[in-house]
Amino acid sequence: MNKTDALIIGAGPTGLFTAHQLKLIGLDCQIVDNLDKIGGQCIELYPDKPIYDIPAVPECTGEELTNNLINQLKPFEIKFHLSERVDEVKKENDQWFIKTSKGTTFLTPNVIIAGGVGSFEPRKFPVKDCEKFENKFIFYSVKNKKIFEGKSVTIFGGGDSALDWAVELSKNSKVNLVHRREEFRGAQATVNQVHELAKEGKINLLTKYQMIAIKGDQQLESIDIKNDDKEVKNLKTDYALGFFGLIMQLGPIANWGLNIDKKTISVDTEKFETNQKGIYAVGDICNYPGKLKLILSGFHEGALAARACFKLARPNEKYRFEFTTTSSNLLKRLGKKE
Amino acid sequence: MPKITYITNDNQNHTIEVQNGLTVMEGAVQNDIPGIDADCGGGMACATCHVYVNEDWFDKLPTKEDGEEDMLDMAFEPKKNSRLSCQIVVSDDLDGLTVSIPSRQG
Repeated sequence: MNKTDALIIGAGPTGLFTAHQLKLIGLDCQIVDNLDKIGGQCIELYPDKPIYDIPAVPECTGEELTNNLINQLKPFEIKFHLSERVDEVKKENDQWFIKTSKGTTFLTPNVIIAGGVGSFEPRKFPVKDCEKFENKFIFYSVKNKKIFEGKSVTIFGGGDSALDWAVELSKNSKVNLVHRREEFRGAQATVNQVHELAKEGKINLLTKYQMIAIKGDQQLESIDIKNDDKEVKNLKTDYALGFFGLIMQLGPIANWGLNIDKKTISVDTEKFETNQKGIYAVGDICNYPGKLKLILSGFHEGALAARACFKLARPNEKYRFEFTTTSSNLLKRLGKKE
Repeated sequence: MPKITYITNDNQNHTIEVQNGLTVMEGAVQNDIPGIDADCGGGMACATCHVYVNEDWFDKLPTKEDGEEDMLDMAFEPKKNSRLSCQIVVSDDLDGLTVSIPSRQG
C-alpha cells in the first residue's frame, strides 16, 4: 500500500505541473498513467506538432513541452506508475483507497484527476466477434512474439507498428499484411522493406482490404476481408493483430460517483474540487463556466488544486503563500539553497 | 447561413444552420448532435469526428490535406467517402451538405 499526500491521475502537462506545485508547497505525490510514457496527449497525439500558446514559450512541440515539464520536476522525487490505469476509487474513513489495473494500491486524502479525455486504449476491430478471441488469438499489442513462431499471423494497419511487426514476424511466421489503402503512413525505409519482402513472397500484402468477419469456434480459424470493389477473400490464420493507434476512453472514472457531463467532470473554481471531498479535476477533463481547454488553463487549475490538497494532507498546519524568488523554504525544496 | 444535415446512426436527420467559417465538426458539437466525439478538439489528431459524406457532395468538397487520410486509417469502419468533419470548413458553397455519422467513433 502506497501512502501519499496526493495521487495524480494522468501524466500529461497538467498532471506534471500539478505535481510541481504539490512538491513546491511541501506535499508529496505520486502519478499514475495508463500510457507507457510521460506526456499524455502531447506525446501520444502530437509530439511533433508546434504549440504557440504556452505563456512565455513562443513555439514548442508536444515533445519539447513534455521534456521541459519533466526537467522542471528534476529537483523533486516523484514516483510514476506508468502503464497502469486507475480502476477503483473508494472512500476509506477519511481517505481515498485507489487500486490500479496492475493491482497497485494507494491510500491518500487527495486525488487529482488530470485525465484529459480519459485513458488511452487501443482501437479495436469493428467486428463484434473479435472480443471473444481477444488476448488469445487477437491482439492489439505484442507482449510475447514467441507464440507466433511457425504460425500464420494476419496483421492489420498502415503505420509503423503494423509495418515493424510485419517485418519482424515474417522471419519466423507466415504473415499477411492487410491495409485499407495502398499508401502506408510508416517510415519510408520500413515501407520499402515491406514491399521487398512482399516481392520475395515473405509477406502476403493485401491493400485496399478491410476485415468484415472472423470465423472459428474455440480457436480463430480464418478472417474474411473485403476490398473496395466488394470482392471478399478468406484468409486462413492462427492469429490476428490490429494496429489502429489509441483512442481515449473515459473508462472507470464514470463509476466513481462524480458529476459527469459530456465526458467532463464538474468542479468549483476555488479548489477545482468535484462533488466528492478530496477529489479534484484539472485540465481538459474538468468543466466549469468559462472553461477553456488550453494547457495554460490546466496549469492554473493544478496550482489551485494543489493548495486545496494542503488542508487535507496537513490538517494541523496553516498553508502560507510564498514566492520562489524570495522564500528560503521554497528555494530549499528546489535544491537552490542549503 | 448554410444548412448542414447530419444523419445520426438511428437514421434521424438533423438539419442545422452553421455559420460560415466553422467546421462541420464544430456545427455538430455546438448543437449537441450525438456521435461526433472530437476528442482532440479539431487538431486532426484523433479521428473521432469521422463522418461519411453523401456521395453527391464528396467530390465537391475541397480535397483532403496531408495527414487526414493517415488519421482515417484509425477511424472506425472507414469507407471511400469518409472524412474528418473537423477538416470541412462550412461556406455558402456547402449549403445543403449531408453527412452521416458512423455507429461508433472507436
